[in-house]
Amino acid sequence: MSAPEQRRRANRVTGVAIAAIVLGMVSVSFAAIPLYKMFCAATGYGGTPKTGLAAAPGGTGRTIRVRFNADTNPGLPWTFAPDQLEVTIPLGEDQLAAYHAHNRAHRPVTGVALYNVTPEKAAKYFHKTACFCFNEQTLDAEQDMVFPLSYWVDPAINSDPSTADVQVVTLSYTFYKALDDAARSGALAKAGPHVGSGPTTN
Amino acid sequence: MASTTHDHAHDDHHAHGHDDHGHDHHDHKPSFVARWFFSTNHKDIGTLYLIFAVVGGIVGGALSEIMRAQLQFPNNHIVESGQQWNTIITTHGLLMIFFSVMPALIGGFGNWFIPLMIGAPDMAFPRLNNISFWLLPPAFVLICIGLVMGESGSGWTLYPPLSNATYESGMGMDCTLFALHLAGVSSLLGAMNFITTIFNMRAPGMTMHKLPLFIWASLVTAWLLVLSVPVLAGAITMLICDRNFGTAFFDPAGGGDPVLFQHLFWFFGHPEVYIMILPGFGIISHVISTFSKKPIFGYLGMVYAMVGIGVVGFVVWAHHMYLSGIDIDTRAYFMGATMVIAVPTGIKIFSWIATMWGGSIDFKTPMLWAVGFLFVFTIGGVTGVVCANAGIDEAIHNTYYVIAHFHYVLSLGAVFSIFCGFYYWIGKMSGRQYPEFWGKVHFWLFFLGVNLTFFPQHFLGLSGMPRRYPDYPDAFAGWNYVSSVGAYISGVSVLVFLYVCFRTFTSKAPVADNYWGEGATTLEWTQTSPPAFHTYTELPRIH
Repeated sequence: MSAPEQRRRANRVTGVAIAAIVLGMVSVSFAAIPLYKMFCAATGYGGTPKTGLAAAPGGTGRTIRVRFNADTNPGLPWTFAPDQLEVTIPLGEDQLAAYHAHNRAHRPVTGVALYNVTPEKAAKYFHKTACFCFNEQTLDAEQDMVFPLSYWVDPAINSDPSTADVQVVTLSYTFYKALDDAARSGALAKAGPHVGSGPTTN
Repeated sequence: MASTTHDHAHDDHHAHGHDDHGHDHHDHKPSFVARWFFSTNHKDIGTLYLIFAVVGGIVGGALSEIMRAQLQFPNNHIVESGQQWNTIITTHGLLMIFFSVMPALIGGFGNWFIPLMIGAPDMAFPRLNNISFWLLPPAFVLICIGLVMGESGSGWTLYPPLSNATYESGMGMDCTLFALHLAGVSSLLGAMNFITTIFNMRAPGMTMHKLPLFIWASLVTAWLLVLSVPVLAGAITMLICDRNFGTAFFDPAGGGDPVLFQHLFWFFGHPEVYIMILPGFGIISHVISTFSKKPIFGYLGMVYAMVGIGVVGFVVWAHHMYLSGIDIDTRAYFMGATMVIAVPTGIKIFSWIATMWGGSIDFKTPMLWAVGFLFVFTIGGVTGVVCANAGIDEAIHNTYYVIAHFHYVLSLGAVFSIFCGFYYWIGKMSGRQYPEFWGKVHFWLFFLGVNLTFFPQHFLGLSGMPRRYPDYPDAFAGWNYVSSVGAYISGVSVLVFLYVCFRTFTSKAPVADNYWGEGATTLEWTQTSPPAFHTYTELPRIH
């Protein structure tokens, strides 16, 4: 093989390798989304509580205070509030709490709640076994609804030096209108065929 | 290393000088259209990039003059609305980064001098090189559509929700996003070409540890581009989908997270600031060595400082996001990692000073720019360490202190290095002599203007003036006035620069092959000024 031809081949190999790296980085940027979710679920990063059916280990005699917070995105015509603002609960025991919601609209509306726990470092000790926030919720026109949740706080929160100072854990929910509901009612005005239209009224 | 190349350079010149001249006679240049529109010649593409960078810089600079005119007095109404203001600042930032600094340093000087300095006949993929330039003009047009429509008021950081369909519903924002896609593809193709050229096309005997520092700088820059720009492309794609196709990558209602955008953006954005400054480091190294008539102090230290800056630059991105709600341990990590970058950067600054130390320094125009670079870049570096403190950043985040900081490293640092390269190489590129007197006038006017513009912004920021607003309380009026006057002086200095260009290109004075004399030791000085259309048809051999 002649020298220029050899060089051309070497160039092609290098060029293709770099192109592969570029594609790899694009994929990684998309993979970041599920990876970040998994990372948060595994470590409690960003105040992500543990979810699932893990059974509470049983009482220890110690207690912790739990506060309940509720926010509603203005796009969702609901009134949403906790039944109790604060409770003192025994560590390691299953607990039940409830929120109530009222749909002020004259038509059915679907909402979805996002949640987290503060202080964020306490999240990995906060277990939700059942929660209205695991699914979308639909309320009929002007319907009232009680949303229950079941949770427990791991007694290990007391023995972990980084969380031993935590006296109060705040559980927070923000209800949004579900995306497909928003699309149905036209609030997600930019979605769909009219790409790049002028300013829309929401 | 420099002296090795230097010794050889002369041998090479004597040995091959005859061949080069002989070659000139059958140095066929294609017709105008074929030469400039379908160009595959690295020198012509480099020239196109440089012209493009000047145009981009002038448009972006004109926007900054509008901004300073608006901020000259409180309650000014040159800019009619906040939206208009936001669109102007967005376009100013994007133009300066993607359409001025990067085309000049990477596309312009990179294309011109990588093959010349490593002894290669051309870039590895000449046609790819052509595409990578010609993607930029349409991108530029798209950015300008966003500006003219007044619909891209998100800031150059493009954060949702400000950039999503609710708050920026017009097509102008989409144009700006697509412009970045095009510019991104352009720089990726360029980076591929650079890496392949530097890896495979070096002249026989030019080992990696004999590469000129500008080549090392370009290599590190190209790697940063390859690893960071695709992430921006991903983030922008998600944003475009959120805006137009009903996805919810950054919309909490659909389970998305707006902070995710910030992470993706800054994973690109922080390496991007090194992308803009590293090629400048390379140019400054050559200029300081040339005009001190000494080889660069600590060549290997300089090389690995750049590599170190490049590597660490990838793991510090969240220092742009101290106030986004990240927890204290994360902030502590990003703060420490960020400050670590001051170490390799310090190595570079001190090595430049050590190169000058005891040198027989000749303050020609390029050297003025190089020393000016050291001055402004060090100021910007120091305020960078201040900003890196998560605690202090709580107070100065999004204030004019940050504006002053990054303009000192970029608007001053990177731009000084561009002008430095221009005066250093314009004789080589054009074969014509620039007017020394007007070059110095240009430097001093620009130096005065930009320092007057940006130094007072430290005071404004520390007093709490926030960025991204078209107005301010009366208390900030004094320093804003000074800053605006500085901007006008910088504006005049740009006119002087254009005059310098005019004088250079109309000059009849011929320049020698190596017009800087003994200090200039790299391979491009063995070529004629301007170099033949095709250089190194016979490869030089480095010992």
